[in-house]
Amino acid sequence: MNIHEFQAKQILRRFNVPVPKGEPASSPEEMAKAFDTLGLPKAVAKVQIHAGGRGKAGGVKVVSSAAEARDFAQKLLGKPLVTHQTGPQGRIVRRMYIEQASEVARELYLGMVVDRKAESIAVIASTEGGMEIEEVAAKTPERIITEPIDPVIGLAGFQARKIAFALGLKDKQVGQFGTLLSALYRAFLETDASLIEINPLVVTKDGSVICLDAKMSFDDNGLFRHPEIRELRDPNEEDPAETEAAKFDLSYVHLDGTIGCMVNGAGLAMATMDIVKHYGAEPANFLDVGGGANSQKVAAAFRILLADERVQAVLINIFGGIMLCDVLAQGVVDAAREVKLSIPLVVRMEGTNVDQGKAILKDSGIAVIAANDMADAARRVVEAIGHRA
Amino acid sequence: MSILVNKDTRVLTQGITGATGQIHTRACKAYGTQMVGGVVPGKGGTDFEGIPIFDTVEQARKATGANATVIYVPPPFAADAILEAVAAGIEVVICITEGVPVLDMVKVKRYMRGSKSRLIGPNCPGLITPGECKIGIMPGYIHKPGDIGVVSRSGTLTYEAVYQLTNLGLGQSTCVGIGGDPIIGTGQIEVLRLFNEDPGTRAIIMIGEIGGTAEEEAADYIKHNVKKPVVAFIAGQTAPKGRRMGHAGAIISGGRGTAADKIAALKAAGITVAMSPADLGSTMKALLDSKAA
Repeated sequence: MNIHEFQAKQILRRFNVPVPKGEPASSPEEMAKAFDTLGLPKAVAKVQIHAGGRGKAGGVKVVSSAAEARDFAQKLLGKPLVTHQTGPQGRIVRRMYIEQASEVARELYLGMVVDRKAESIAVIASTEGGMEIEEVAAKTPERIITEPIDPVIGLAGFQARKIAFALGLKDKQVGQFGTLLSALYRAFLETDASLIEINPLVVTKDGSVICLDAKMSFDDNGLFRHPEIRELRDPNEEDPAETEAAKFDLSYVHLDGTIGCMVNGAGLAMATMDIVKHYGAEPANFLDVGGGANSQKVAAAFRILLADERVQAVLINIFGGIMLCDVLAQGVVDAAREVKLSIPLVVRMEGTNVDQGKAILKDSGIAVIAANDMADAARRVVEAIGHRA
Repeated sequence: MSILVNKDTRVLTQGITGATGQIHTRACKAYGTQMVGGVVPGKGGTDFEGIPIFDTVEQARKATGANATVIYVPPPFAADAILEAVAAGIEVVICITEGVPVLDMVKVKRYMRGSKSRLIGPNCPGLITPGECKIGIMPGYIHKPGDIGVVSRSGTLTYEAVYQLTNLGLGQSTCVGIGGDPIIGTGQIEVLRLFNEDPGTRAIIMIGEIGGTAEEEAADYIKHNVKKPVVAFIAGQTAPKGRRMGHAGAIISGGRGTAADKIAALKAAGITVAMSPADLGSTMKALLDSKAA
């Protein structure tokens, strides 16, 4: 789960990570008021969307009066902002943030992630602040420092110093950085974060080290421990179909093709998308109904698939282990009746109770194209929309 | 022959009275697995359909001589259940539970350093030596005893591969679902090593998916160490960047972990890659036939 910059900064502030003073706003009036609340001659106004590249896209501005802050908000709020991360349709700006402007002497990169290989949290740092870290990694990997943290020992003092010196920090900045990094590590652990990215971490002209930007993502599996973080979810930043699917505990990702796919199991769902493509069409989605799906869940999945107007045919591929084929079949029949199915439906079922499942589909009177195996299913669904494989 | 589990394996169920624990303990017992005990704190001294229940794994191990355990407890308690099994010296610990926080796994892996226990999972279907021992949630009937080893990050996609093999008359030595999370107990390389050393395994199917670099490392390992034929498949060729595909581990981040990268690494290591998931069984059959010819 991702959150906005201003929310990340609120969390980090709670852990005593140095971040500039700031105020969120969701209307031009609130923005003007926030400028006055800060009470500074100069402030930075930033749009809040779940995408990077805001500065280059015109979503960040230094303002020096309440009126200027209001005008900037007026211009951007309610409209899409297109950055290199949003796709061509952009993201609608619904929130802004205004914070103390910093006199920047140096821009650095600081990140913290769960490192699969080291099987621990790792610090990633670089002197190349303000750039995309992937780009730095590709072009100048020697400028990236990675330091895994032992979960028993925690962040050791020498590790913080090692990173500080590698970043070219000196004098009291080394100690400041150590304190910042410890606080950041505590924030990571205590919120079940999966990523914290401070880009840039800056050294100001007066020599302090502070987090100018902040991005936090959380491990969805850890959210049960943090109801207050779950509250920070912004449905406006998520695909409505994905939000709807999440309500039914379905794993759904919206894609651009025309074949709606319903599958049990993530690996098989990805493989089903792959085989659709193999036979010459594009999948409209990834949809894993999970192992213990009941017929209501299957029906909900079916409705979500069909709500996508680009979907021209549906492919259901179920290998029932825990999932029972008769339960699946009943869910499909119920949903197909409810939505008055008008597009081709190809079903491939295998596994537990498969014969009962096939009988339910057959007796329902619904036009179902039955497939023998995965390849047959993909071929038939592609044929059904008119591409000859 | 087989790896990790066989007809002599004595298995505990942690969380035997939960809905999932009940269903699958029953199914595994029906398959012929020696389900010798259950662990539910506070229910020690009772039984589940004749299988004795204990308060702790340690008591259960002492009383039953169990050397494997399968964990179905809910995510908030799964890491603790693994630690308890490891502390009790259980040799093979299989965690089926989906949704274990990744930072819990960081601690578990650190605790297990130097331990003799082997963890499979979490978020996996379990493992099966066909005809001898099934531990987990896979449908038993699609398997057939034989000499093909199967190792996979996926659940149902493994069933797909196994069923294709069985329908072509190719049985399996052992099938291991290692789980789809970013941090897991046993990775592909470890399972590949065991299959390579197992005289009962003639060839290996490895099913990977997008995310991480485990398949690239496995490719390198196979190239230098594995003498047996290997067929691989990578799920997620059509997955977009930055979107998590169900499994917590299945995400292409920072341009790394794509199917194309993995397939290229596998091919460069001389491994046969099935490009369609429908061709897993037939690719293996063709490879074995060509070796026999």
